[in-house]
Amino acid sequence: MNQNSKEKLNGVFASIKAEADRRFKQMKGDDRHNIFIGMATCGLASGAMEVRAAFEEALSETKVNAHIIPVGCLGHCYAEPLVIVDKPGSPPILYHDMTPGKARLLVKAFLEEGDPVFEHVLGAMEENDTIPSVLEFPRFSRENKIVMANSGVIDPEDVYQYIERGGYWALVKALTLAPEEIIEEILESGLRGRGGAGFLTGLKWRLVRDAREEDKIIICNADEGDPGAYMDRALLESNPHQVIEGIAIAAYAVGARRAIIYVRAEYPLAVKMIKNAIDQSKEIGLLGKGILGTNFDLDISVFQGSGAFVCGEETALIQSIQGKRGMPQPRPPYPSQRGLWGKPTVVNNVKSMASIPPIIEHGARWFRGIGTAKTPGTAIFSVVGNILHAGLVEIPMGVTLRVLIFDICGGIPDKKKFKAVQIGGPSGGCLPETFLDTQVDFDSLTEAGAMMGSGGMVVMDEDACMVDVARYFLDFTQKESCGKCTFCRIGTKHLLDILERITRGEGREGDIELLEDLSLDIREGSLCGLGKTAPNPVLTTVKYFRDEYEAHVREKRCPSMMCRALIAYYIDLEACARGCDACVGSCPTESIFTTEDRKKAIDQTSCVRCGECMTSCPPEYNAVRKVSPPALAPKIERPREG
Amino acid sequence: MDHTRETEEEALLNDIASMLAAFEKERANLIPILQMIQERHHYLSASALQMVAKHLGVSGCEVYGVATFYNQFRFYPPGKHRIRVCLGTACHLRGGDIILENFERKLGIKEAETTADREFSIDRVACVGCCALAPVAIIDDTVHGHMAPSKVEGLILGFEIEKQREKRGKQHGESKQ
Repeated sequence: MNQNSKEKLNGVFASIKAEADRRFKQMKGDDRHNIFIGMATCGLASGAMEVRAAFEEALSETKVNAHIIPVGCLGHCYAEPLVIVDKPGSPPILYHDMTPGKARLLVKAFLEEGDPVFEHVLGAMEENDTIPSVLEFPRFSRENKIVMANSGVIDPEDVYQYIERGGYWALVKALTLAPEEIIEEILESGLRGRGGAGFLTGLKWRLVRDAREEDKIIICNADEGDPGAYMDRALLESNPHQVIEGIAIAAYAVGARRAIIYVRAEYPLAVKMIKNAIDQSKEIGLLGKGILGTNFDLDISVFQGSGAFVCGEETALIQSIQGKRGMPQPRPPYPSQRGLWGKPTVVNNVKSMASIPPIIEHGARWFRGIGTAKTPGTAIFSVVGNILHAGLVEIPMGVTLRVLIFDICGGIPDKKKFKAVQIGGPSGGCLPETFLDTQVDFDSLTEAGAMMGSGGMVVMDEDACMVDVARYFLDFTQKESCGKCTFCRIGTKHLLDILERITRGEGREGDIELLEDLSLDIREGSLCGLGKTAPNPVLTTVKYFRDEYEAHVREKRCPSMMCRALIAYYIDLEACARGCDACVGSCPTESIFTTEDRKKAIDQTSCVRCGECMTSCPPEYNAVRKVSPPALAPKIERPREG
Repeated sequence: MDHTRETEEEALLNDIASMLAAFEKERANLIPILQMIQERHHYLSASALQMVAKHLGVSGCEVYGVATFYNQFRFYPPGKHRIRVCLGTACHLRGGDIILENFERKLGIKEAETTADREFSIDRVACVGCCALAPVAIIDDTVHGHMAPSKVEGLILGFEIEKQREKRGKQHGESKQ
């Protein structure tokens, strides 16, 4: 395939761009108000649908010329539902925690009367003289959005909005270059696969380009199975076209005419958005036969994964597309040599694909200027758990964990202490406070014993039991082990059994050493990344929080009071208010009874230790206590009936 | 009751048979076919799996092996109201297992089961991607964030009241006629 004439391509694209500009002008029309509502999954879960309905109803009763534009995810999940109101003559303003009531208020007060209702404003979306900008908050200003730059501000169902903001320009530019030049540029940029392993994307492309087989395939891996990570979903839901553009550039560079996007079926909205985006691009000649008047053809299809964590591994993913169980295959041959249907195949993560257009547009040197020397570019983390400003954060590689957790995401809520951060999901590890100055990039995190993985980051405060956290992840990997390798299949089962008995208070002397030995064996004896990394949560928690394991095994005590078999709740009779019934109704097992002097006590034999009584006890009494080991709770007999 | 279940199964198989025709007899179509059946009927019955095996010319155990490998597929009919409790990392840290346990206790069934009257079924899901709202439960298509044991009680009660109201409405309608 030869490079195409610049003039001709620019000419074809100019008419598409002109249409995008025309539509944008119409949208920004003189007296037109635009209301952008974040309607990705997390927004919907927080009630964006009800907010939209309230806006629609209120707008139908007013004369203001206003339009609702559904957009994707800004990444600020803690403040959802988010709404941006763009009123002519005022900077666009971001409103947080929207409710139907606030929606009606905004239409009346702001749209009709011009009062922006300051108490509900999060900030203005751009610098101005009247309203403080969101850029004054580190949660906004410290981010550097490359991949998610357009997420949450454009309508994912409208290809023209993406084009108006410079979308598909990189594809036009790429088509004027020789494929080899593109690969050189991507190599030069130092982009490393964002799926977790960090392999150089350009190198992968070159291997596939150089393969002798004519028919080549691109797979975009959006099988995000890591519990606690959802940036791939957010990206597909918020800006599917950037992913498509990246795939198209990759296909042109390696000489592929077919591409498959592998999306989890658990993400119905993402599937809908990406399918719609493919259709739209095809319609205006950005995909399909003879793209933009060149002789480059590309057909993109969507394959829905069926929920198997191991299918994030490229060879397992390929098996699954071929209609088999998703079991990893030995490498070599690598997919770049023999992949889907035996053809040379590029498998790239969604974020890698979405990083391609900005690199082509601004050049490798620009990309290298962001992040660290060994890992240029940005990292997207989903920071969740015990954290104030949870959500998706895109930061340059190399920022330290401390800055990310405390400065950008606001630290731990409720004045609690930081205990650990779990990075990389079930394959990653837990890092304690001493590692807070670790930089986030592939190599530093792996060195520390965690893993970049897919970017899931769970922050834990002092109430999290590290033994239980390890048990939780092993429970996950054990269920998801495909069963191929003995060490992974049976070894993880044994790890889980040991961890379960420790959290039940039945741990034995020597269990901790057994955990360590077994972990190392599983790491050695497994074929794929799932097995090799499955022991990481155990190894890191044993290494950094050994005292907690010892307390469980030797004293049958859970220091964080989280393992339910090792705790008990009781009511402090001194503090309990005579005649108060608040806890009684909250107990799901009717375990709370009235003592002879009309105070309350808990029947330990039927209590399930859910903690509801503690929540429901009025703060002025605060009479419910939690102890570990359970023997510390005083025994109070239920008075005989009658 | 048994009679209605039989005809139900028959209708289901007829529907699958008509849909299968659209799929080429290629092994690669196995997962898309299973997804199609699950989407239309919400579960894969044993006879449906047999039918798929026959269509693709592979053994029944091969189809069963693939179907059970993936978490998405279920092998029993779900309840009218589907309860899914998220047990992702963030939900786990905030007591997702306690929420699951409360649903199980309240309905008298375990996860991956359906109540005898087919009103409710409970499943656990790995992560629904709303970690900031943990713990989360999804009932039918509504996501309920910041769940608590007392909310479980209220939600189930809500469904029961609605059902009784419907019943009364029906009786009322009938008596009018």
